[in-house]
Amino acid sequence: MRNYIIKRILLSILILFSVTFIIYAILRCLPASYVETMAMQLSTAPGAKPYDEWIAQLNASYGLDKGILAGYLVWLGDFAAGNFGDSWKFTVPVIQKFNDVIWLSFVMGGIAFILELVIAIPLGIIAATKQYSRADYAITAGALVGISLPTFFFATLLKLVFAVKLQWFDVSGLVGRNYAQLDSWGQFLDKANHLVLPITTLVIVSIGSLMRYTRTNMLEVLNADYIRTARAKGLSENKVIYKHAFRNTLIPLVTIVGGSLPGLFSGALITETIFSIPGIGFTSYQAMVIGDIPFSMFYMTFMAVLTLAGNLIADILYAVVDPRVRIA
Amino acid sequence: MSDNKNVYKQDENQEEQLSLNDDRRVKTLSPGALVLKRFLRNRLAVVGLAMLAIMFIFSFVGGMISPYRQDEQFYTYTFLEKEYVAVTRNEDFRYVAAEGKEFGSAAQAQFLLAQMTGKEEFSYKDVDYTVTQEGTDFYSLSSDGEVIAIAYKDIVNAEDGVDELPFAVKHAALAAYSNEKTGAFEADGKEYELDDAGNIIENGQVVAYISRFVVQSKENGVVITRAFKEHLEEALDGDAEEFVYTGEDGEEHNYTIAFDASAKVWSVMQETETYVYNQYSQPSKEHFLGTDTNGMDMLTRLMYGGRVSLIIGFIVVIIETVLGVVLGGISGYFGKWVDNLIMRIVDIFYCIPSMPLIIILGAAMDGMRVDPQVRMLYLMLILGFLGWPGIARLVRGQILSLREQEFMTAAEACGISVSRRIFKHLIPNVIPQLIVTCTMSLGSIILTESTLSFLGLGVKFPFASWGNIINDVNNAYVLTNYWFIWIPAGFCILISVLGFNFVGDGLRDAFDPRMKR
Repeated sequence: MRNYIIKRILLSILILFSVTFIIYAILRCLPASYVETMAMQLSTAPGAKPYDEWIAQLNASYGLDKGILAGYLVWLGDFAAGNFGDSWKFTVPVIQKFNDVIWLSFVMGGIAFILELVIAIPLGIIAATKQYSRADYAITAGALVGISLPTFFFATLLKLVFAVKLQWFDVSGLVGRNYAQLDSWGQFLDKANHLVLPITTLVIVSIGSLMRYTRTNMLEVLNADYIRTARAKGLSENKVIYKHAFRNTLIPLVTIVGGSLPGLFSGALITETIFSIPGIGFTSYQAMVIGDIPFSMFYMTFMAVLTLAGNLIADILYAVVDPRVRIA
Repeated sequence: MSDNKNVYKQDENQEEQLSLNDDRRVKTLSPGALVLKRFLRNRLAVVGLAMLAIMFIFSFVGGMISPYRQDEQFYTYTFLEKEYVAVTRNEDFRYVAAEGKEFGSAAQAQFLLAQMTGKEEFSYKDVDYTVTQEGTDFYSLSSDGEVIAIAYKDIVNAEDGVDELPFAVKHAALAAYSNEKTGAFEADGKEYELDDAGNIIENGQVVAYISRFVVQSKENGVVITRAFKEHLEEALDGDAEEFVYTGEDGEEHNYTIAFDASAKVWSVMQETETYVYNQYSQPSKEHFLGTDTNGMDMLTRLMYGGRVSLIIGFIVVIIETVLGVVLGGISGYFGKWVDNLIMRIVDIFYCIPSMPLIIILGAAMDGMRVDPQVRMLYLMLILGFLGWPGIARLVRGQILSLREQEFMTAAEACGISVSRRIFKHLIPNVIPQLIVTCTMSLGSIILTESTLSFLGLGVKFPFASWGNIINDVNNAYVLTNYWFIWIPAGFCILISVLGFNFVGDGLRDAFDPRMKR
């Protein structure tokens, strides 16, 4: 087991190198005019250095004056040393900006995730136990509608209904207009109020796949022989489903839930952008559209690490939870 | 999966009439027909199929039926209200000094003081002035019996093209006017006549008129005619809020009058007819869903947008599938180091955060001002290139398990060539799974494309796509007031994606041999 984990981690690091190299190469192949615009902008700021100096400094600081491979090695060295550079868009060190915004995304993602689990798993089980019933059709169709809903459209609909027509919430942003005048409890409530619509969007849009996953696995378990045995023994249906079937359904569920834990940090790019919630998603969207290479590079690397960590956790959990799985 | 799945089913109703060896007693269904039967029995799948059919007809046939082109702009006449003139009623004294005399502002102030306190005399700078009230709001100021200046509130305006009247004439005219006397008077050695409307007539010709209203033109280069002013004064006297006036050029305009009490100004707005894009017009008979921000027919845009969204979906899926099947097939069939290499590439592609990458590329294309058509092509290539690993994994997994099965051993034993073994025996067995995955991913590609277009990084104007139609809601006014701009497009996306997902789901169940229904 330990050897397997070590092997997987080493492989993940190798993959990470390749991914970052590909991203770096793509970013470098983009027109150089980005740096030029940036330098132009920086040099027009009051009291700034002239354009030539800026462009030279920018090029040098990101290794843009070297070839792609050499530049990548410079970036990699800096990255390994914990030097992530300064964001062009926010003019603060990348890591500082990251620290400012990541926790909001985490809280948002966490709440949404817990709600998803609480809603999706019971519904999935109900759908599976009553296969082909009206409830099953409703749940399956509902899950598919959730999957098929374009995030931006659903978010806009929510805005129209709850923010514009009913005026229960603000249209966008994290804090209200009179945030500064509130006491700390009021500030907390204000923020919570502003997070209701984004979290609703996140839950509705992503609940479907977990629901379907639960249903499929539960169906598989319900078709197994030991369930027939349990029923033949004369156990009550409740006991059959919640003691025998559900526990076995938990194996794939725990795997997938564990695997999506790192994803809680990845933020919700579209949702955050639409609601202007200053989390990692919205922040990096702003950075990416203006071509802020240091921040984009950091964000994409971070995302790649999260994906790899998710896969790794899922695989390990699978082996840990299911005693039938033996890893050589 | 490839084994013969002929199913014999007895038709119980006819059992008695048919003899045992009658062929009609036995109903044979091919595997395909069986799948179809199972598919059609799934209510959601049929609904999905109907939804897809509607969307396809809407997008592909609708565009042909629609009487408009996708980039046809519509115009309309609207009335724009522009401030035309501002009118004030003169409430301050104005002064005119006689020829060769001076009556400066300090002296004017002294006069005002005297007038308010009712004094008849005041002195300023060693000059004694006598104040004589000659009429309502009309005073003359004289010193040593000689008139130096007059102070008045009714204003003598010279007629267009006529020289300013001399002081003496003004004096005489105002004296008459302020006492509401009309008729002939003589001044400066000439005969004049003052009529009811305050016109000063010399030799039968109007040379000036007296009025308390000051009319200022608010537009450059516009000369306010006397006739218009008269018309306006009439309206003001009658407290009218609007009036119609036909100008000298024969054009009739509506005017509305608004009184600003604090500034004591009447501003007169002129309604002019302007030819503009028919922007955000409400749904009507000509435009069932109104028009968008560029004055284009919304329904037609939706149809063409659907075409773009669906075509992009199909092309991306084709790219994905070709890459995925070839690479996954090679990987699965040859195994060993080839498999290892390709699977590591798949791992790498899995790890690339696709949405951020596409956003960056989209922003870069914005920066490079890529032509919208070329851009669409790039978008398809990028989406296709980022999407193949899933399919490659699926195909590889299937082929790995299939090639160990007995029928493959049999195929090998029969001496069938490698390519025939792959394409005739292996690939057909993967196809059911492949169709399901492709159907589902069609939906997700449409979602991705519309999200990108919504952010303004995907399909660009002048091409329509469902996503970039919704893009308009970034304008808060559109979001609140013009539902017909974005809600239909959103439902188009929802219905198509849902259709693909329902059908994919139904196909998955129908292809599954374990399904007993």
